[in-house]
Amino acid sequence: MRRLLLLLAFLATPAVAEDLVLGLSQNRIGITANFDGSEILVFGAVRRDAPAPGDTPGVIVTVTGPAEPVTVWRKARQFGIWINTERVDVDAAPSFYAVATNRPWDDIISDTEDLRHRISIDRAIRSVGNAVHDSPNFTAALVRLREQTGLYQNAVSTVTLSQATLFSTAIALPANLTEGSYAVRVLLTRDRAVVAEGTATIDVRKIGLERTLYRMAHDRPLVYGLVSIVIAVTAGWAAAALFRWARG
Amino acid sequence: MTIYLPIAEVSLNIFLLLGIGGAVGVLSGMFGVGGGFLITPLLIFAGIPPAVAVATSVNQIVASSVSAVLAHLRRRTVDLRMGTVLMAGGIVGSIAGVQLFSLMKAAGQVDLLISLSYVGLLGTIGALMLNESLRALARSRSGGAAPQRRGHAWIHGLPFKMRFRTSGLYISVIPPVLVGAGVGAMSAIMGVGGGFIIVPAMIYLLGMPTKVVIGTSLFQIAVVAAFTTLLHAVTSQTVDLPLAVLLILGGVIGAQIGAQLGLRLKAEQLRILLALLVLAVALKLGFDLVATPSELYSLSEPRG
Repeated sequence: MRRLLLLLAFLATPAVAEDLVLGLSQNRIGITANFDGSEILVFGAVRRDAPAPGDTPGVIVTVTGPAEPVTVWRKARQFGIWINTERVDVDAAPSFYAVATNRPWDDIISDTEDLRHRISIDRAIRSVGNAVHDSPNFTAALVRLREQTGLYQNAVSTVTLSQATLFSTAIALPANLTEGSYAVRVLLTRDRAVVAEGTATIDVRKIGLERTLYRMAHDRPLVYGLVSIVIAVTAGWAAAALFRWARG
Repeated sequence: MTIYLPIAEVSLNIFLLLGIGGAVGVLSGMFGVGGGFLITPLLIFAGIPPAVAVATSVNQIVASSVSAVLAHLRRRTVDLRMGTVLMAGGIVGSIAGVQLFSLMKAAGQVDLLISLSYVGLLGTIGALMLNESLRALARSRSGGAAPQRRGHAWIHGLPFKMRFRTSGLYISVIPPVLVGAGVGAMSAIMGVGGGFIIVPAMIYLLGMPTKVVIGTSLFQIAVVAAFTTLLHAVTSQTVDLPLAVLLILGGVIGAQIGAQLGLRLKAEQLRILLALLVLAVALKLGFDLVATPSELYSLSEPRG
């Protein structure tokens, strides 16, 4: 009996200890005047102290942007017109969330593990906003609207895994990124359970003129407003003068 | 070719933005309207957040109206005295409007109120102008002289009268101040110059000669829009300078073209065109309010 328990315990623990090493094509993203979105390559390898077991492991890559509060509105027809009538305030939802896997979702992760590690888009939102749990329709709308603009991405089978060791995937970042620190997470799963996790961060910042203007607008709004007016008046006057001169 | 807008936080095609500015600039020069009633919806449609669209559109109106008012000043078709009276009211209205704008943003109903205001105002004014212009056109075709426009009788009973030589009027300052205040509030709330309100108000309410109406309205619009820009920049940081510069570039060129076109067209034809344009925008906005939207949900920042 005791021997049998030992055997069971031995079988239950992973035969091989596995670890993740990961890298990013860039860990800083500068938002400049011609910024039109970006693509980051997440790559890495599974490190083992023994040869890999026969079956292919699951690899899940997530990228999470800074969490922000958001209000979801629902319209209803009142007096013949459509009006925002109901609202749900989400305390915090990631401004960006992408999840990529190497195989179909159900093959590599169980619901319990998804819940524990907050991997799928729905779980990632619930984990940070507490006001949404009573209104699944609103959460669904939040996800749908952000998926349409590329802010939320659910990319199944886009992670390539070669020889059960080397993995890579490309995640597209849209142009309307929120500034801040983006958390990259790579999860290795076996038997639909997470066995290893690796993390990294990407720093997204406005740089150059874009940053100067943004900071000025927020730190010195009066100066910014005056500059806006001066530019507008000068441009208007210059155009009038130019056209007058051009006509002789 | 795209550009990232730091305040709006979106990336858009440069030529699309220049085109919006240019098209609206042509109208601005032709009709003496700031064109904001077109630029704001167009920007929102292009993906700019409404608050940024409103504030930035007001900044572009400063440039296009300054550009156009200079041409009118040289032609001496600006009643500076009337413009100053209107402007005084406009600044008061703008302050009130920016306050109201913030309140409505907090309540999540700013889009609805903007749409309703557009439908109501544009619908009424478009219909009035179209009716009036068509009748005037019919009169001129039948050979009869156009009747001289005079202000309504009750206006002559009001106190604080002032002489406006350029317009040839001797009327109370109360109506122009009120007109200015109303337009100033709209400027702040709707991101419009208010030319489509102030031009008919000057013609039908104050009885000003059509010749000086466009120049004078542009003068008041330029000053009030500058003030509104400042208020929006200070209270909500929603003026996007690179966006404004692109719209201005397109707009000032368009305004010059429009001013030349305006000189070649007859005043009555011009007014019919403007009336039809105003009605078209009102109908489109009204339809959007009534038609079942494809997406019932929308997102906003909790603050507004």
